[in-house]
Amino acid sequence: MTSVDRSPRPGVVAPARGSAPRAAAGGATPRGSRRGYDGWWPVLFVLPTMFGVVLFYLWPIVQTGWFSLTEWGAFGGQTWVGLENYQRLARDPDLGTAVVNTLVYTAIVLLGIPIAMFVASLLHRPGMRFTAFYRVLYFMPYVAMPTAVAMVWRLIFNGDFGILNQALAVVGIDGPSWTSTPGFALVAVSVVGLWTSLGFAIIILSAGLRTIPPELYEAASLDGASAWRQFRSVTVPLLTPSVFFVTVITVINGFQLFDLLYALMGQANPAMQKTQSLVYLFYNEAFLRNDKGFAAAIAMVILLIVGAVTLLQFRMQRRWVTYA
Amino acid sequence: MPDATLTTTAPVVAGRPAAPRRRTSRHGSNAWAHVLLAVGGVVMVFPFVWQLLTSLSTNAQVMSVPPVFWPGELQWGNYAEVFSKLPFLQEFWVSVSITVARTVGQLVLCSMAGYAFARMRFPLRGVLLALVLSILMVPSQVYLIPQYQIINGLGWLNTVAGIAAPGIFSAFGTFLMMQFFKGAPDSLEEAARLDGANPFQVFWRVMLPLAGPSLGALTIITVLWSWNDLLWPLVVSTRAESMPLAAGIATFAGRTTTDYTVMMAASALAMAPILLLFVVMQRRVIDGLAHSGLK
Repeated sequence: MTSVDRSPRPGVVAPARGSAPRAAAGGATPRGSRRGYDGWWPVLFVLPTMFGVVLFYLWPIVQTGWFSLTEWGAFGGQTWVGLENYQRLARDPDLGTAVVNTLVYTAIVLLGIPIAMFVASLLHRPGMRFTAFYRVLYFMPYVAMPTAVAMVWRLIFNGDFGILNQALAVVGIDGPSWTSTPGFALVAVSVVGLWTSLGFAIIILSAGLRTIPPELYEAASLDGASAWRQFRSVTVPLLTPSVFFVTVITVINGFQLFDLLYALMGQANPAMQKTQSLVYLFYNEAFLRNDKGFAAAIAMVILLIVGAVTLLQFRMQRRWVTYA
Repeated sequence: MPDATLTTTAPVVAGRPAAPRRRTSRHGSNAWAHVLLAVGGVVMVFPFVWQLLTSLSTNAQVMSVPPVFWPGELQWGNYAEVFSKLPFLQEFWVSVSITVARTVGQLVLCSMAGYAFARMRFPLRGVLLALVLSILMVPSQVYLIPQYQIINGLGWLNTVAGIAAPGIFSAFGTFLMMQFFKGAPDSLEEAARLDGANPFQVFWRVMLPLAGPSLGALTIITVLWSWNDLLWPLVVSTRAESMPLAAGIATFAGRTTTDYTVMMAASALAMAPILLLFVVMQRRVIDGLAHSGLK
């Protein structure tokens, strides 16, 4: 931060001034020489953002790292405890539960990608009409407020009078009380998660489909390839970059599961402990149980897991993503 | 696989005349695609319809077995009750305020910083940019506790300023705008510079007007996120009347578990502004989100 204030020293301002006429004369390099700086102006442009980024993001990351090695007293003040929070976390069965729940949720939401691929290819059919209308229908859950849509899903999933169980009763299935039974609650949250994120996947995959040259299909059909064969040999490989992108985003969002879980189940739900996600575990420790040192350790673990999973995905993309 | 596609591209030109015939033959078979899409569409929209229907029903109808699909006499009174049972207007105002503050803040700050990173030269540019971009990889939980401490220390808990403040700055927005300015043409900028415009005038009068689509995408993302965000407002606001709607609805649901119809009416009202905006500007919203790839 402070380095930004001092950066344009008089010595380096001079060549910047000189650069303008040179650029005018040369024409090709508007920015002048490699070492030419733009004087004090960049400070004006960058300083507000750097201020906010350092104050609200960068320094807090360092602080959380430090907090994770401390214990917080009831009236403030932290004492150094070394790795104790991490050791406690390793022994805590809730961490394992939260990791598994988060992974299960993410896996179920990922099932939306094949569905989205199917819907996108239907929308992409030649001569298809009303596509804008369908896109609005499928995209609506993505823009709707998660807390607000969770309220109606609560009703739908209600064990006694929910429309889902009443429909299941017609075919002779006695549905559970979805949002308050461990296991079923996670499935319910995941289904809503899939429903909200499907539209996003459809849009990205549709954009991907539009980049595939139609000539490839024409050539393939001239070679006698069936519609299924065309889908498998042309659409799928050329769509893999879009699929990869959607997968990365879906996994990152999946690990952030909080809003839907919180709103669909409610804080006081007895099944919450068995259904909680990593972010809920963090929220609960940091702001409900006020154990901020321990919560900071959870945050660092989330950072580690998300980082490792994202890295792994980029490592594995070579195996299945085709860049044409 | 790539080899196969490459070899099949060769006869493409020769195959062109055959294309129209194939297209018309496909054209006729779109009926079943419409059926599938419509069935899926009904599933996607059903919760919204169900929400509207239950918000106009009585509690007895909501809880009845077998279900009542059409409430008969529409209970508009449920919507009136929203305003007496929860501080809806205050919460609505908080939502609007934080959304406007964050959006305006991000549009100004991110476009300025993005412009500087893309087109200006200054010492430590690479380092500063790397620092800003590094937060893109970090989940929000990692900075939540210190952010809370800052807001608490400023005495900004339960205020619009406290909820809005961290979100006025955005690494993602800076990145998005930087990407745009990197690809913008040099010629206009150069001409303005020769006319004696200072860098701020160049940015404000020449470059920013070109950035319409990117600014639009950033607006859409920020508005959506500000309106719908739950975790941070929940952390920094404890009183119902100083929460935005997302947190207010969740808290109301936590207090009352049986007042279903009012809950449905409140949540329908809470998401209505964004859904209406989306339906009106659907093309721009969808393209904007696809273009930037993130919420």
